[in-house]
Amino acid sequence: MARLIKLGFEVLVQSGAGEGASFSDADYARAGAEVRQTADEVWQQADVLLKVQPPDVDPERNRHEADLLREGGTLISFMWPSKNEALIERLARRRATVIAMDQVPRITRAQKMDALSSMANIAGYRAVIEAASFFGRFFTGQMTAAGKVPPAKVLVIGAGVAGLAAIGAARGLGAIVRAFDTRPAVKEQVHSMGADFLELPLQEDAEGEGGYAKQMSAAFIEAEMALFAQQAKEVDIIITTALIPGKGAPTLITREMVESMRAGSVIVDLAAEQGGNCAVTQPGEVVVHKGVTVIGYIDLPSRLAPTASQLYGSNLVHLLADMGGAKSWHVDLDDEVVRGALVLKDGELMWPPPKVDKPPPPAAQVKPPAPLVVSPAAPERKPGSALLALAAAGAGLFGVGLVAPPAFLSHLTVFVLAVFVGWQVIWNVTPALHTPLMSVTNAISGIIIIGGMLQVSGPITSPVTVLGAVAVLLATINVAGGFLVTQRMLRMFRK
Amino acid sequence: MPSSLVTVAYIAAGILFILSLGGLSAQESARRGNAFGIAGMLIAVVATAAGGRVTEYGVLVTTMGIGAIIGALVAARVAMTAMPQLVAILHSFVGAAAVLVGIGSYLDPEQSFSGAEAIIHELEVFVGVFIGAITFTGSIVAFGKLQGVIRSKPLLLPGRHWLNLVMLLGCVYLATRFVGVPPEQGLTPLLVMTGIACIIGVHLVMAIGGADMPVVVSMLNSYSGWAASAAGFMLSNDLLIITGALVGSSGAILSYIMCKAMNRSFLSVIFGGFGATEGAAPAGGSAPVGEVVSVSAGETAALLREAKNIVVVPGYGMAVAHAQHPLFEIAQLLKERGKNVRFAIHPVAGRLPGHMNVLLAEAKVPYDIVLEMEEINPDFPETDVVLVIGANDIVNPGALDDTSSPIYGMPVLEVWKAESVVVMKRSMASGYAGVDNPLFYRENTQMLFGDAKKNVDAILTDLRGAARAA
Repeated sequence: MARLIKLGFEVLVQSGAGEGASFSDADYARAGAEVRQTADEVWQQADVLLKVQPPDVDPERNRHEADLLREGGTLISFMWPSKNEALIERLARRRATVIAMDQVPRITRAQKMDALSSMANIAGYRAVIEAASFFGRFFTGQMTAAGKVPPAKVLVIGAGVAGLAAIGAARGLGAIVRAFDTRPAVKEQVHSMGADFLELPLQEDAEGEGGYAKQMSAAFIEAEMALFAQQAKEVDIIITTALIPGKGAPTLITREMVESMRAGSVIVDLAAEQGGNCAVTQPGEVVVHKGVTVIGYIDLPSRLAPTASQLYGSNLVHLLADMGGAKSWHVDLDDEVVRGALVLKDGELMWPPPKVDKPPPPAAQVKPPAPLVVSPAAPERKPGSALLALAAAGAGLFGVGLVAPPAFLSHLTVFVLAVFVGWQVIWNVTPALHTPLMSVTNAISGIIIIGGMLQVSGPITSPVTVLGAVAVLLATINVAGGFLVTQRMLRMFRK
Repeated sequence: MPSSLVTVAYIAAGILFILSLGGLSAQESARRGNAFGIAGMLIAVVATAAGGRVTEYGVLVTTMGIGAIIGALVAARVAMTAMPQLVAILHSFVGAAAVLVGIGSYLDPEQSFSGAEAIIHELEVFVGVFIGAITFTGSIVAFGKLQGVIRSKPLLLPGRHWLNLVMLLGCVYLATRFVGVPPEQGLTPLLVMTGIACIIGVHLVMAIGGADMPVVVSMLNSYSGWAASAAGFMLSNDLLIITGALVGSSGAILSYIMCKAMNRSFLSVIFGGFGATEGAAPAGGSAPVGEVVSVSAGETAALLREAKNIVVVPGYGMAVAHAQHPLFEIAQLLKERGKNVRFAIHPVAGRLPGHMNVLLAEAKVPYDIVLEMEEINPDFPETDVVLVIGANDIVNPGALDDTSSPIYGMPVLEVWKAESVVVMKRSMASGYAGVDNPLFYRENTQMLFGDAKKNVDAILTDLRGAARAA
C-alpha cells in the first residue's frame, strides 16, 4: 500500500477485502488507502482496478462484474485469456485495457512481476504442509528410546517453481526427497535443494518455450510411467506439479499406481485445476482411494492468504511501477513484459502477443589481448628447466671456485647457508604475523649499523666519517623503530 | 676485545636473530622472539663497539642516541593503518645506509686490497651500492604511493622496458670504468652509477600500480636484505652477510606468497603491474546480469540476529573507514548470544602481508577467531550470514569461473556459498582490479551502501537496542 502511494497513486479499497488475509480496514487506512463501503463504489471510481480472480457473474445481484468497470478503464488481474473468451469480449465492449497477471513473460527482468511463480512457490510449500497433516508418520527420521522411526520418502514430479518449493519444505521437515523432471537442466537446482534427481536412461530435449516442458515422445512417456510405477511402490508421498502449456495436465499417476502404494500414503495433485496428474484426483476435494489420500485442492495459495496477498501485491506494484507509476502512466507496447501480459488495449484484442525473438546467445567471449605474460594456472616446472637451472648453478659455482680468493669463498659459504636457513625458518611464520615479520626484519637489517660504526673511526671531518655517521643514524632509527613497533604489534594479539 | 671474542659474539647474535624469526611461527612465542632479536642486536653492537676497530665513541653515541629517540617516537605514534608506509620508509633507510656504507668503504683509507681481492672488493662495493640505491628510492616512491601523495595509477612510459635496459647497461659500463681503477678516478663512475640506480628505483616502482603494493613492499624488504649482505661481503663481516641473507629470503618468500595469492607471476608485477585506476567504471570480464538488491542496516541486524554461523570478511576499506572497533563490539555481542562469529582474511587483503590481522588485533579481536583463506573456505556452505566490509576483488566469483576476467585464477574467499551475503560498500564503483563483481548480483547477496563505519555503528545500535527490548 505504502509503495503504491509512493508511486503517486490514490488507492481505494473495498471494505472487508483483507479480512481473509488478516488485514483489517483500519490497517489499510493506516497505510494510506481510502476504504469504500461497497465494491460498486470501488469499481466506479477506479481508473485502474486490481483484482485476483477474473471478473465473474455475481449471482446475488444478477449481473456481471465486468460491466461495473469504467468505460476505458484498466483492469489488472488473473485472466486465463485462453479460457475466458466471452469475458474478454464483454470487457472489449467497455473499451477496457486489460492486463493478465498470469501472462507475464517468464524472463529474468519480469521475475518480480511474475504472479504465477509467486503463487506457485506458495502452493508448493503448502502442498507439503497439507500432505503432512494427512500423513500418519513423521517426515523426519528419529531414534527415540521407544524405538526408531523411519523418515518419510517423498517424490516430487516436476521441478518448477512449485516443485522446488515443495522439495525445500519437505527437506526442511527432514524427509528424504527425490524429484523428477523431463528437463535435464533442473538437475543442478534439485541437487542444490538437497534432493536426489531421478533420471531416465533416455536423452531427450524437454525444454520447451519459456522454460516450460513440452510434450515428450511415446518412448519417453513409456519409460517415464515405468519409473513412476516403480517409485509408487517405494515412496510414502507424491507431490505432482506437471503442466504442459496449452495441453493441461498429463496423467502420470495411474489408478494402478495409486493402488500399488502403501496404505496411509498421500498424493498431492497441484495440477488438479487443469485436470490433475493423478487419475483419481477430484479437483477441490480430498478423496481416499484404497487407503491412499489424494488431495486435489485448487486454492493452495489462498490457504496462506497473508503471504499470498503480500507477494501478489508486490507483483502488482512492480508491474505498476514498470508502467510508469501514477505520474507517467502509459501502456508501452515496446515493453516486452507489458506487451506479453496485455490482453486488451482500449477494447482492441492484443492477445496472444507476437513472438519475441530470443536475443542471440552472447557471442563467444573474445579474450582481451594479454599485454603481459600472465599465467592463470601455476606454471608447470618442466623437469628440463629445473635440470638446466641446476646445471647453470653448478657451472657458476665451478667458475667462481676457479678464480675467487679464499676469503671470498668463505663468505660465499656463509651466505649460501644463511639463505637456506632463512628459507626454512621464514616458511614457518604464521601468515597472521607477516606484518610483524616485516617490521622485525627491518629492525634486523639495521645490522648495517656495524658497517657504519666501523667507518666512524677516522677523523671527524673526513668524508668517510660523515658518511658513516649518517649511516649509523639511519640504521639506529631502523633498529629502534623496527623492534619497538614490532613489540607494540605483538602485544595487541590476544586470544 | 680480541677479535676472536667479537667473532663469537657475532655467532651468538646470528643465532639469536634466527631464533627471533623462528619465534614468529606462533603468536605465543612471537614476543619472546622479538626479545631475542633485540638481544642479538645489542650483543652485535656492543661487540663491534668494543672490538677495537671503533674509536670515536663521541660521534657514535650522539648519532645512535638521536636515531634511537626518533625510532622510538615513530614506533609509538604510528597508526596501524599506516604500517605499510612505515615499513616502506624504513626500507629506504636501510637502502640509504647501504649506499653510504658502500661509498664509505670504497673511500676508506684503512681498507686496502690488491690484485684479485681488490677487484672482488670493488665489485662488492659496486653491487652493494647499486642494490642499496634502488632500494632507497624505490622505497620512497612506495611510501609515496601508499600515503597517497603519489598517484596509485602506474606510470607506464612508452618503451619503459627499453629505458630500464639502457640504464642497466649504463651501470654495467660504469662498472668497467670503476673496477680496477685507482680510487680518485673510480669515485665518479661510482657516484654516477648511484644516480642512475636511484632513477631505476624510482622508475621501477612508479610503474607498479597501487594494487600490487603488497608485492612491491615485500620485494623491497628482500632487496634491503641483499644490500646488507653485499655490505657484509665488502666489509668481510659475516654477521652482516648472515643477517642480510635472512632478511633477503624473508622478503623473497613474502613476495612469492603474495604473487601466488594474486595469481600473478612475480615478473609481471615487477615490470609493470596491471593495478589500474581504482574506483573507475568496471571494465573487462563478462558483464554480470541482473540487479542488485539494496538493504538497510536494520535489516542486516535482523539477519545477524537470526543467524547462527557468521563470518566477517574485512577488506582494506574497513580499515580506511575505521570500522574495525565497532565491528569488534558487534562480534562480541553476537558471541555473547551464542553465535559462532569468525573473521576471514585473504592473503592480499590490506596493503601489506598480514596487515588485516594487525588491524583486527588492534581492535582487540582475539586471534583464534581470525582465520586464513584456506582454513575457512570449506566452512562457507555451513555459514548463515557473511558480512563483507570494504572488500571486493577477494570475494569475486569471476576469479574462479570467468576466463575473460583480469583476475581469473586468483584464489578468493568463496562467500557466495553461504546462505546469505551482505556486502558493505560505499557505492557501486569497482575495486582495484577495475572489474565488476558478479557477487553483487547473485540472489542471496544484498548490498548495504554507505560509509562502512556509519553502517557498522547503526547495526551495533540496532543489535543493542533489541537486546534491551527483549
